[in-house]
Amino acid sequence: MSQVIHHDEHYDAEGSKIGMWLFIFTELLLFGGLFIIYSVYRFSNQDAFHLAAEELNRTVGTINTIILLVSSMTIAMSTSALQKKQKKTTLALLGVTLLLGLVFLVNKYFEWGTKFEHGIFPGSQYMLDHLSQGEILFFGLYFVMTGLHALHIIVGMVVIGFAYAGVRSGRVNADRAALLENSGLYWHLVDLIWIFLFPLFYLIH
Amino acid sequence: MQASSHIPHDVSYLDYKGKHKGLLAWILSTDHKRIALLYMFSMMTLFLVGVLLGLAMKLELIAPGKTIMGAQDYNAVFTVHGVIMIFMIVVPGLPAVFGNFLLPIMIGAKDVAFPKLNLFSWYVYIAGAILVIISVLFGDGSPDTGWTFYAPYSFKTGTNMLPAIFGAFVLGFSSILTGLNFIVTIHRLRAPGMSWTKMPLFPWTIYGTAWIQLLATPVVGITLVLVSLERIFGIGVFDPALGGDPILYQHLFWIYSHPAVYIMILPAMGAISEVIPTFSQKHIFGYKAIVASTLAIAFVGYFVWGHHMFTSGMSGTAQYTFSILTFLVAIPSAIKVFNWISTMYKGSISLETPFYWAASFIFVFMIGGLSGLVLGALATDVYVHDTAFVVAHFHFIVFGGVGFAFFAAIHYWFPKMFGRMYDTTWANVGWIVFFIGFLALYSPMFYLGLQGMPRRYYDYLEQFHAANILSTLGSWVMTFGLAIVLINLFRSAKSGPIAGANPWNGKTLEWTVPSPPPVENFEEIPVYGEKDGPYEY
Amino acid sequence: MQHEKTHIVPYRTYLIILVALLIFTLLSVKITAIELGGLTVAAALIFASLKSYLVLTYFMHLKFDKIYIRIMVGFVFAVFLAVIIITFLDYYFR
Repeated sequence: MSQVIHHDEHYDAEGSKIGMWLFIFTELLLFGGLFIIYSVYRFSNQDAFHLAAEELNRTVGTINTIILLVSSMTIAMSTSALQKKQKKTTLALLGVTLLLGLVFLVNKYFEWGTKFEHGIFPGSQYMLDHLSQGEILFFGLYFVMTGLHALHIIVGMVVIGFAYAGVRSGRVNADRAALLENSGLYWHLVDLIWIFLFPLFYLIH
Repeated sequence: MQASSHIPHDVSYLDYKGKHKGLLAWILSTDHKRIALLYMFSMMTLFLVGVLLGLAMKLELIAPGKTIMGAQDYNAVFTVHGVIMIFMIVVPGLPAVFGNFLLPIMIGAKDVAFPKLNLFSWYVYIAGAILVIISVLFGDGSPDTGWTFYAPYSFKTGTNMLPAIFGAFVLGFSSILTGLNFIVTIHRLRAPGMSWTKMPLFPWTIYGTAWIQLLATPVVGITLVLVSLERIFGIGVFDPALGGDPILYQHLFWIYSHPAVYIMILPAMGAISEVIPTFSQKHIFGYKAIVASTLAIAFVGYFVWGHHMFTSGMSGTAQYTFSILTFLVAIPSAIKVFNWISTMYKGSISLETPFYWAASFIFVFMIGGLSGLVLGALATDVYVHDTAFVVAHFHFIVFGGVGFAFFAAIHYWFPKMFGRMYDTTWANVGWIVFFIGFLALYSPMFYLGLQGMPRRYYDYLEQFHAANILSTLGSWVMTFGLAIVLINLFRSAKSGPIAGANPWNGKTLEWTVPSPPPVENFEEIPVYGEKDGPYEY
Repeated sequence: MQHEKTHIVPYRTYLIILVALLIFTLLSVKITAIELGGLTVAAALIFASLKSYLVLTYFMHLKFDKIYIRIMVGFVFAVFLAVIIITFLDYYFR
């Protein structure tokens, strides 16, 4: 950059933390919009939503919840490890987090795949012929919300990947931990959203 | 760490020679002042496009029947006019231009908290603008839904909606990033000693606005994404044929778009709150009341969206709740007007151009605000809903409010931004012509709306002819005034007389640095003492 | 700027929180399997709220951060809740 202004290099951990929190707020309201839609349609199509939720596999949902919770713990621990100057542990914990994120996505892939095989996907003729309007809405929201969530998992993994590279090269260290802390915050946001998605889609019977 | 030492303090941000030359020195600069000017020039260009579209509409309405365009073209013109003016001009307008330029200086900082993110926001803004332009120029016809993109028409119409919707989404993203940057800047970079209660009012309104940008924009973001998905995949969320509820679209759209009005108007009020004490040479009356009313407007304004939907078939409970909340917003707005007037009382007023713009702002803002109450009351709203009355109301607020404040702000801070003074005679002439044109253009629409002329039609009954002619003439006068103002400013930026650091005897921090400000604003970060304050005359 | 001391959270705390989260998850799966009518939603949401409280407080460090971040988070959730309630003023009474 031409304008090398000194606070370009000025490091303000708290400032970037607030920045990250503010970004998390916008993400929360992004999903918030979807939750509003969900609650309105669930309110007006209660029976259809119950019927449609039977189609979803509780076990897979529960396993994915556990995976995300564990990964949330590992990334939280990685910050502690970095502050304790245990670089290897930090990297190992981040690696585990990334791996768990990947497993989550693979599960999701198979889950979606099964739905597609059964003819359940947005705009499918099968849905129009066999399902009620409430069920179509349920699956429309299911695909949008879990899809957007999966997108956030991918983004989170990319961000964690940057943090991983930073820790490895030493750019991210105990004194300049903001990148790691913020990618952790982002990952917890992804977890937080799943904590609500899971009961709302899988646990209505 | 201290890489700054090689930038001499006596070089202004305009003259500074960095690593890049020419245009690159601007579009790669992370200096908040250069980014502000980037925004200003891109907005000015888009604004002129919007003005031309507006003129075309008024010309069409000079006589009943088809004058220069048919129904479909008229639909496209008012849609593109709305999208450009709302999403690209008035929403980002004051925060992106004056917020960027002045917020760091007014709070005693060298730049915003995240300078690179700031430049990135501008690129995002440009990307959004390009997407909207693509939707107009390519595909099967320009968008024709109105700027509100109401479902189900927005995913049924055959026109080129996707780029326009995605463009609005991208513009929203730019606005979120700007808001985020400003909040962190205000929290972290205020000068030592500048407590929250010593912060000038313009930064305060930027702060309130930034919160709305942050919390409201994502809701419309996801809504627009859903409309796109509806168009591409048919997910059914807003499609009544699949069980969806189009009214829910309206809820979600206005959850953003009503607060968006406050995104526009709050910084406008902030600019006015700076201009009035300076030209009255008097401490602002009721500083704390203005701050509180700013936050109250931002907060309550978030919960009034339903007043756009009184005729949509909402439940009665929702209708009167929204109506009550709407009337509540009028209170903090009135407090502000009261404070501005009280500031002038017994002040030593100097009648300079910014003061004229500010005073006319209060005038048109009051007409716009009071006509808003007609729309916020259930019974009268049913009568004037979707008529020209609504168009008159929001142009008084959005154009009268934001536009007049923008011109007040530019005439106020122009000597600071460019280091030169404009020709005050021509500036005043431009103002009065613009003001007269404005009133002639929009006031007849109140009458037309009450008489029952609907909005968004290219045609009308013969009985509305006379008032429409007046309105069209007004549009010409106003544009003429606008041309005088802009030409005067452009000429003066190049060749006006050199202005000093503090031509208006202002007391806020931006007047303590040279005009135009040096690259890093302050040689030494100012320190606020016990007795210092932004309005101590 | 003053040097801000960072609080290092011990691994054990995180482990305890994870166990609590897993217990809540399993409980919510079990309890929603029982037919409770309208209470099922309430139960599921209460468990989700408890879990998110734990994630926010410990994993996201709100407990150890400055108070104003906690206020902001609370404010945002309150705003969202208010928006849902107001939306339901329409749908519930229609």
